[in-house]
Amino acid sequence: MGLLSSSIARKVAMALSGLFLVFFLAQHFVINFTSVIAPDTFNSWSHFMGTNGLVQFVLQPILIFGVVFHFVMGFVLEIKNRNARAVKYASYKGSANASWASRNMIISGLVILAFLGLHFYDFWIPEIVHKYIESHPEDPTRYYAETVHKFESHTRVIIYVIAFILLAVHLWHGFASAFQSVGFNNKYSRGLKGFTKAFAIVIPAGFIFIALYHHINHLIH
Amino acid sequence: MSLESRLPKGPLAQKWTKHKNDINLVNPANKRNIDVIVVGTGLAGGSAAATLAELGYNVKTFCYQDSPRRAHSIAAQGGINAAKNYQGDGDSTYRLFYDTIKGGDYRSREENVYRLAEVSANIIDQCVAQGVPFAREYGGLLDNRSFGGVLVSRTFYAKGQTGQQLLLGAYSAMNRQINRGKIKPYNRHEMLDLVIVDGKARGIIARDLVTGELERHSAHAVVIATGGYGNVFFLSTNAMGSNVTASWKIHKKGAYFANPCYTQIHPTCIPVSGDHQSKLTLMSESLRNDGRIWVPKKLEDAKAIREGKLKPTDLAEEDRDYYLERRYPSFGNLVPRDVASRAAKERCDAGFGVNKTGEAVYLDFSSAIMRYGKEQAVMNHIENPSVDTIRELGEKVVENKYGNLFQMYEKIVDQNPYKTPMMIYPAVHYTMGGVWVDYNLMTTIPGCYAAGEANFSDHGANRLGASALMQGLADGYFVLPYTIGDYLSKDIRTGKISTDLPEFDEAEKNVRTTLEKLINNKGSKSVDHFHKRLGKIMWDKVGMARNEKGLKEAISEIKALRAEFWNEVKVPGTMDEMNPELEKAMRVADFLELGELFAKDALHRNESCGGHFREEYQTEEGEALRDDENFMYVAAWEYKGEPSDAVLHKESLEYENIEVKTRSYK
Amino acid sequence: MKLTLKIWRQKNAQAKGSMQTYAIDGVDGDMSFLEMLDVLNEQLIDKGEEPVVFDHDCREGICGSCSLQINGEPHGPDRLVTTCQLHMRKFNDGDTIVIEPFRAKAFPVIKDLMVDRSSFDRIQQAGGFISVNTSGNTIDANAIPINKHDADESFEAATCIGCGACVAACKNASAMLFTSAKVSQFALLPQGRVEATQRVLNMVEQMDKEGFGNCTNTGACEVECPKGISLENIARMNREYLTASLKG
Repeated sequence: MGLLSSSIARKVAMALSGLFLVFFLAQHFVINFTSVIAPDTFNSWSHFMGTNGLVQFVLQPILIFGVVFHFVMGFVLEIKNRNARAVKYASYKGSANASWASRNMIISGLVILAFLGLHFYDFWIPEIVHKYIESHPEDPTRYYAETVHKFESHTRVIIYVIAFILLAVHLWHGFASAFQSVGFNNKYSRGLKGFTKAFAIVIPAGFIFIALYHHINHLIH
Repeated sequence: MSLESRLPKGPLAQKWTKHKNDINLVNPANKRNIDVIVVGTGLAGGSAAATLAELGYNVKTFCYQDSPRRAHSIAAQGGINAAKNYQGDGDSTYRLFYDTIKGGDYRSREENVYRLAEVSANIIDQCVAQGVPFAREYGGLLDNRSFGGVLVSRTFYAKGQTGQQLLLGAYSAMNRQINRGKIKPYNRHEMLDLVIVDGKARGIIARDLVTGELERHSAHAVVIATGGYGNVFFLSTNAMGSNVTASWKIHKKGAYFANPCYTQIHPTCIPVSGDHQSKLTLMSESLRNDGRIWVPKKLEDAKAIREGKLKPTDLAEEDRDYYLERRYPSFGNLVPRDVASRAAKERCDAGFGVNKTGEAVYLDFSSAIMRYGKEQAVMNHIENPSVDTIRELGEKVVENKYGNLFQMYEKIVDQNPYKTPMMIYPAVHYTMGGVWVDYNLMTTIPGCYAAGEANFSDHGANRLGASALMQGLADGYFVLPYTIGDYLSKDIRTGKISTDLPEFDEAEKNVRTTLEKLINNKGSKSVDHFHKRLGKIMWDKVGMARNEKGLKEAISEIKALRAEFWNEVKVPGTMDEMNPELEKAMRVADFLELGELFAKDALHRNESCGGHFREEYQTEEGEALRDDENFMYVAAWEYKGEPSDAVLHKESLEYENIEVKTRSYK
Repeated sequence: MKLTLKIWRQKNAQAKGSMQTYAIDGVDGDMSFLEMLDVLNEQLIDKGEEPVVFDHDCREGICGSCSLQINGEPHGPDRLVTTCQLHMRKFNDGDTIVIEPFRAKAFPVIKDLMVDRSSFDRIQQAGGFISVNTSGNTIDANAIPINKHDADESFEAATCIGCGACVAACKNASAMLFTSAKVSQFALLPQGRVEATQRVLNMVEQMDKEGFGNCTNTGACEVECPKGISLENIARMNREYLTASLKG
């Protein structure tokens, strides 16, 4: 951790890994959204992502590292920060000076982490098993059906919705905060902040929309 | 002991240079073997400590605060004077010198004041190099403003926080030396006695305020830079902890105390609001650049305002009495502080006061706001601006200049000074008197020095605005670190001073006895009770206007109060812990002695000059009446056991380069 | 006004402290918060109890001594004020007020409400200065024109009073606002640029050593800062630090 021994270095690392995950999230959303408007595109893009060597063996490990790094670092910082105030206040009015989202990144983060567990269990592990352990032949049209199938369950959709609300909360503070961490705070920050807040709402809402869309579709049919 | 002021001979302008060339120096290798103690870490102490350490001496600093950065220099607002003549308005070293002597009502030394004016320009260069963010103009050069008692703009400033910025500059210079190990800071430590060995100052006894432990510290010289004694009045603009203890302890060990009665009552402070008041807050003199001072012309209007039936903004122009502009047309609102204060008192005593207690006058910014607003409208090419637009633009300019002061006023008084005039009243602010020092800033105790407000040297009977910061830094950066070498050059072979000497035993024992007496006294009244009573006597009888009868009463009342204090004071807690009540008790004990000497000095000075106004000595128009024939001297008092036994030594003041005149600001 | 005060009492650094309840009557709206505590202390002394110890000095909001956590906020509910300038008119008759010391591992309690903030001094000593001797032989003050905007911003950063409210407010007890204010003051001036690299590295290293927490950009410090020191300073310090680290 030599490189990350200083508080600012850790903070920048959190910001950069966070920004990377935000970028991934946007990309993920775009692909998922095609499942609503164009199932064929969804299939072909998913097929590409699932079979392309660069994506599978370079980008995917980077992504996994990014996720793990972000949450491990998050925990480390949380513990350090808790230790920085050994005796707690009898009365601490955090709401007077900072938003709930900013004060509870660990909570929203943990919920997202738990959801990621479910997500891995739902998609990623079956995928790996499907492709690399059971070595099924690749069927480029299977993705849409598999995805839609997952959204049939009430429970899963409810969990999905809650997780994405917490993701919105996490992004609400985290996305804008990342720019401050890397030292970007100037006359453009205001506009940028607007963009990050919009992103924090729109993307998670979009994911929720996709889930509900498929779920309702299933109920109707 | 006679007073040897060591003033250099020769032409005025060359005296300081010549003196520097004539005095002895300590070679750099030897400086490493010499220890210097600096008590007090404000502008004077902090800058002296940093410079001494840079020169190579081993420095120990002491302050009662938890950090040098909290010394009360930090509260100075308006600015610092320097004869830079950046504005090209005819300023010069001589003019600054002249203004200061005149402002001090011809009661200061020509040599000291000229030196002060001479090094003033260096201070600004130094501070800018240190990163002090002074106010600048759009062209990137330094901005200036004007202060009371002068006709040029020579005051450098950083909004209303100049003292803070300069102190943080000195503190940063100290930090650099602390980092190098050349300064050892003892914060939350209070000096409680001076140790004299073979007639020379060789160390101090200090109390660690956290543990209560008494410590001995030795050195080859001791510098006292602990500020003024305005808190003898209980209510003043000083910090709660500001005290006379270090100065008083050295006085009791042989340092003469000069001109204790010269006290500056600052004209623009926030008025007292009730009995619970613990301190008074200053509103910078710089406000008088733009604010106009007035009271109602008619007694009935003043009465209606006091009763809350009339608002000041409702009063027509012709019903207002801008009494400073009326009485002193050439200086107007920018007369020196003593003059402005007395004028306010005169109006309030005559029944024109404007707050509930009748002790307040208005400081009004509405004309400045409108004037600036119009200027801005022209600059921004706004055609036919409405009154509201002008006002808004003007308020912005005023906010830019004095924003923090206006905000402070609003927090304290709960009124918006942009919309309604401020209420102000004079309050005790600065003490020109202090420990007597020679030209080298050495007291009458060899090896014991005094710098900044703690000494008496540069301001005579009245200090001009923005000159305290100048003097503190001049003493600390540019005077004391060099003049002290003259004395220390004889000490290069002395070696480390032992703290096991019997003189240290004795001093520590005495301090311990006093502390024990206070703790074990178990009386019935708190320290503050006595401090408040002392303050009331001082304010009523030794305050802005004094007379023989009142001063005599004050002397006997203070004496009686002191006796009562030692019988009746109650100090809770123990000696061996953090005990603020004990700290206060020690300080008040010294104030109770100083207060008497203060009154005694005021009684003996049968004239009015600067901050010292004796009602018996005034012109028909109520202006101060000096007596140059009999009182053109520094009154230096020698301690002889009781304040009443103090022996007066006179240092006569010679004016060779300036014509002594009646001070007029008309 | 009649108030109930819940105050942290702790005999010394080693002792275990606890909250004690006091009733106080006759509080006037024109009193400052500290004057209200003065009244309480007078009452305690009269009753033969030990007065409450708290840091205070200038009582005009500039020395940075006063340091109380009042009802869960440093310097209380009002904005842009220190405790000494907080007036009792901000409270109502019958209120209960909780008064605690500023809490942080790097600010150990000395007694009652008084804490040790020497960690701030050590951060400054690590680099909060420009290495120029006080010889007076520097260049003329007007030799380097400085853009007014930069000079003003530098001044704004320099108005920090070192009270520690930023640390007290921060859920992580981080000292980034304090440290960044000093770094910024010098970083914005040409005089300060000369040593900028080493300064930021040294000051941040010392800050971390003192045991302050990490900044998570909640912005609480900026809201509670009695002098309104801006978060932009933290961004600037991050930038300075990154550049300095890359330069080595």
